[in-house]
Amino acid sequence: MKIRPSRHGLAIVPVFAFALNASLVGAAEGTVAARPSGRPLAADLPVEMAVLTEAPHVPPAITRRHPAKVVVHLEVRELVKRLADGVEYTFWTYGGNVPGSFIRVREGDFVEFHLNNHPSSKVPHNIDLHAVTGPGGGAASSFTAPGHSSQFSFTALNPGLYVYHCATAPVPMHIANGMYGLILVDPKDGLPPVDREFYVMQGEIYTAGRHGEGGLQHFDPTKAEDERPPYVVFNGAVGSLVGDKALQAKVGDRVRIYFGVGGPNVTSSFHVIGEIFDTVYLEGGIMPSQRQVQTTMVPAGGSTMVDFKVEVPGTYVLVDHSLSRAFNKGALGMLKVTGPENPLIYSGKEVDEVYIGQASDAGVAASRREAELVAEKERAIAANPQIASITKEIQLERGKRVFLTSCFACHMANGEGLPAVFPPLAKSDYLKADKDRAIKTVLKGLSGPITVNGKPFNNVMPPQEFTDDQVADVLTYVMNSWGNDFGTVSTAEVKRVRAENK
Amino acid sequence: MLTAALLGGALLARAEDLLPPATPGAGMVPIPVGDYAPLLRTKDEPARVPVAAFWLDARPVTNAEFLEFVRAHPRWRRSAVSPLFADAGYLADWAGDLELGPKAPAGSPVVRVSWFAARAFARAQGKRLPTTAEWERAAAAGISGPEGAAEPGFNATILAWLARPTPERFPAAGAGRPNHFGVRDLHGLVWEWVDDFNTAMVTGESRGDTGLERTLFCGAGAAGIRDTSDYPAFMRAGFRSSVRANYTVPNLGFRCALSP
Repeated sequence: MKIRPSRHGLAIVPVFAFALNASLVGAAEGTVAARPSGRPLAADLPVEMAVLTEAPHVPPAITRRHPAKVVVHLEVRELVKRLADGVEYTFWTYGGNVPGSFIRVREGDFVEFHLNNHPSSKVPHNIDLHAVTGPGGGAASSFTAPGHSSQFSFTALNPGLYVYHCATAPVPMHIANGMYGLILVDPKDGLPPVDREFYVMQGEIYTAGRHGEGGLQHFDPTKAEDERPPYVVFNGAVGSLVGDKALQAKVGDRVRIYFGVGGPNVTSSFHVIGEIFDTVYLEGGIMPSQRQVQTTMVPAGGSTMVDFKVEVPGTYVLVDHSLSRAFNKGALGMLKVTGPENPLIYSGKEVDEVYIGQASDAGVAASRREAELVAEKERAIAANPQIASITKEIQLERGKRVFLTSCFACHMANGEGLPAVFPPLAKSDYLKADKDRAIKTVLKGLSGPITVNGKPFNNVMPPQEFTDDQVADVLTYVMNSWGNDFGTVSTAEVKRVRAENK
Repeated sequence: MLTAALLGGALLARAEDLLPPATPGAGMVPIPVGDYAPLLRTKDEPARVPVAAFWLDARPVTNAEFLEFVRAHPRWRRSAVSPLFADAGYLADWAGDLELGPKAPAGSPVVRVSWFAARAFARAQGKRLPTTAEWERAAAAGISGPEGAAEPGFNATILAWLARPTPERFPAAGAGRPNHFGVRDLHGLVWEWVDDFNTAMVTGESRGDTGLERTLFCGAGAAGIRDTSDYPAFMRAGFRSSVRANYTVPNLGFRCALSP
């Protein structure tokens, strides 16, 4: 039988409510017995508007020691935004950004949640907050057509760091388009204080085009089903946490990263290169669950909190240590720490010299003699133009081998580098301009700001432990590949530059 | 050769039988008897639901056409309409009660109309709104044949449309490429009301009319679905279940249908 809600509901409920009130008043007038949960009624709570922040910022810690009614207004907007250099994507956002606004409340708070779907939205949306105890985490109560608004309320019963996300079908598409964020429910007594807090989320994007294919890209459901994302990124775009946008801290700071994975499918092997997490709050719970952690696993639709003290200055790189995602798909960010060096903790490079294996003095002398003979042979070869051209081909092949073992990880196999992170070698004006500088860069490494093809880069390339031959080979390869025609590099030139830069 | 000719003749004669016989108003296109595969069904329901022949507007209703309607029916003017029948966004893009203005070009599809208003318009023309089955039956067709899903790029084109935010002003209705039946703009212009929009997720006693199924949320949304990779069908079903009859939405218009 079908019940028509109007008649029956209106007829029965008031009578029942009256009876209930009467019995309570009669039994325990004016006592808290009218509040069986022991919590104050929502109407009695002080009201405050939630502070919402855009990643990587986190709202300030909650210092009050009593529950409040916290009002959250979150606006859904569908916006065309930058995914990578030259690549745009229509992101579906909570608050205009990916990830969505960071929400911070306190354990026991009564949260009045308003989900506003902007009139320009193409589709309806909702929100499932993992911090909500109740069916769908609020999803059913917040299903909202474009140009409409929904309201629901919940009590934040459980402290911890929770993912929220859109749960409208098809869910993987809504999440892949950027509809996820974090809500932190501070425990009643707060979390241990730190000096800096950051908000970072990982998610993957299934563009119809390949990684780097320009223009406005749209969602590809087949790639999503197959879990083959061309992009895995931190905070919604390639390069969102590098260069000027890198996270910043000072030597001695205690740093906390609130890290979440929106997914929709891919888990994260979260790691900060050069740091060890002093404390990990596994899966976003509030108990410190492990100390001295190198890499922590974060599930899709899950989170973690990591605390660590930064001891020495430098750039620390945040990665998904499933490294193809970092090097090829964009899951890479930076934490720049400034302050005094501490050579007792980390010295930097102290010695850089040729190592020829364990050998007797005679062996060393023999090696020297061999090197002289090889050099003599090279001079003879260089003097013969016919042999020189074959030599160049051999050099190219050997150089390619060196490149594909050491250099491609950053500069990419196609020499294009990674926008805003690793400079390109292909058609690079910086490479073309100064051969000696190129040799020195391979021998000694390079750090600090440079401009390549008009774009700024600020990163560290370590010195390469190559033989002089290998340096000559790899540079010759690089200077004659991907359309480059910058001449060749000989072993003799490498020896000279190495001697000049002792 | 002879066999082929006979067969061809037989098919032709048969196709004519299948067309709705009545002569409709101008701008309508016949959709022959056929069937459609609902996105959501119970185990007991057939995979394909028969759809009788009907006539369908070749394009969505325009602002100019809706203006004529409200001129003739003052109770559907913006300042007069009851909030029971249309929410506060009703015809909000128009410059006035009887003035379209720059945001609502005459030839563009009318949007921000409620289901009640769309239905009243259809009745005034002696027509009705198409049912979900009829709309999906017509919209499943591709450019060259009745099965769009068989054509490369069919769903990708719809997804590309979804990836573009709603424009400030819509292009003219009817500018899109006609599909196999000669209907235009079923995809790629605006969402469209159907007569039984609110039955989208109510599937009978075996599931119950719970919030879970009604709103298709999260992983539960994939339970009992015909084809979980048909994302555009999900989007349409999701859209229909997100609205109520008095809602007006900035990218939701309609077109009319007629039984023979």
